[in-house]
Amino acid sequence: MAFELPRLNYALDALEPVIDRRTMEFHYGKHHQVYVNKLNELIKGSPFVNSSLEEIIKEAEGGIYNNGAQVWNHTFYFQSFKPKGGGKPEGELASVINNTFKSFDKFKEQFSNAAITLFGSGWTWLVKNDSGDLQILQESNAGNPLRNGLIPILTCDVWEHAYYLNYQNRRPDYVKSFWDILDWETISRRY
Amino acid sequence: MAFELPKLGYDYSALEPHIDARTMEIHHTKHHAAYTSKLNDAVAGSSLDGKSIEEILTNISSASIAVRNNGGGFYNHSLFWKVMSPNGGGTPLGDLADAINKAFGSFDNFKSEFSNAAANRFGSGWAWLVITKDGLKVTSTPNQDNPLMDISEVKGTPILGIDVWEHAYYLKYQNRRPDYIAAFWNVINWDEVAKRHKG
Ligand SMILES: [Fe+2]
Ligand SMILES: [Fe+2]
Repeated sequence: MAFELPRLNYALDALEPVIDRRTMEFHYGKHHQVYVNKLNELIKGSPFVNSSLEEIIKEAEGGIYNNGAQVWNHTFYFQSFKPKGGGKPEGELASVINNTFKSFDKFKEQFSNAAITLFGSGWTWLVKNDSGDLQILQESNAGNPLRNGLIPILTCDVWEHAYYLNYQNRRPDYVKSFWDILDWETISRRY
Repeated sequence: MAFELPKLGYDYSALEPHIDARTMEIHHTKHHAAYTSKLNDAVAGSSLDGKSIEEILTNISSASIAVRNNGGGFYNHSLFWKVMSPNGGGTPLGDLADAINKAFGSFDNFKSEFSNAAANRFGSGWAWLVITKDGLKVTSTPNQDNPLMDISEVKGTPILGIDVWEHAYYLKYQNRRPDYIAAFWNVINWDEVAKRHKG
């Protein structure tokens, strides 16, 4: 069965001024859509034609991996946001973040720093392992932690297309604003 | 001596409509300038201080990741500005034309191989025309790597390069990288490429 572009549960301009409508139109309407289309093309007649996205991320190589992971990554990214988001994590995630990073502010600082210093295109991740321990990772290009058996909790897209129309070379400003649209209820549930 | 951000030989608007003035200005004054100053920070007081950029890049495997990323960024953009011109486009002449025909069969074959290398580089990077010990080759490298680096898959002297980081085209072309690559052929400064080919 072919993969589909998932719906957003907010309007394309709902994340303004952090993420502007035009960036959303291209990021969701073009980049994300094209990853879906290319993946569907590439899996035709391949061993992955009936695979789940997770299976593709764990086992595929080359174009199938790249497009499959990018479909998953963008879905996960867009589902981490809500208009007028922000604030802090809740429940268990909040206490594990405090235990691991000393405080939410320290975590925020470390995650932001990982996002700012990732060289080239990629994703910054907060992941948990089997024992529930948290870790911040930098992954290049389509890199997805599921491939290494880790469970993603939060991600920030630092491909230039994620912020260039609004922030140009000022990636740190994008990363700083990113915290204002996070939907911590959804993110906390992932833990 | 510290590395300096080179001046462009033309105005920021000179490559319009193929590359817009705003992209050129941010690309040169922000991106290239940042690579230059970070390279200077990374080599200051180290054993690389005072070496030429070519010397540094050909021994990059023994340098830090900061030198690799920023040294590459400094060199690559310096080459990029030079191989473009408001009077560019067309096709190469003379020895370079012969060498391209010999290596790729025809200019059109070369053009499509180079364009494909640029379009298919996943993520950020560059596509190159390179002088190798086996003649001219097309290759691409990730991020700010280049064929001078001893870690490069295809090693040699780059004589033409196209930046396919999204910052090189996003303000004008957004997700349409192939349109940017097609436009690039209108601004290639073949005289400069031929000069670099001669060595
Ligand atoms: Fe993206
Ligand atoms: Fe660039």
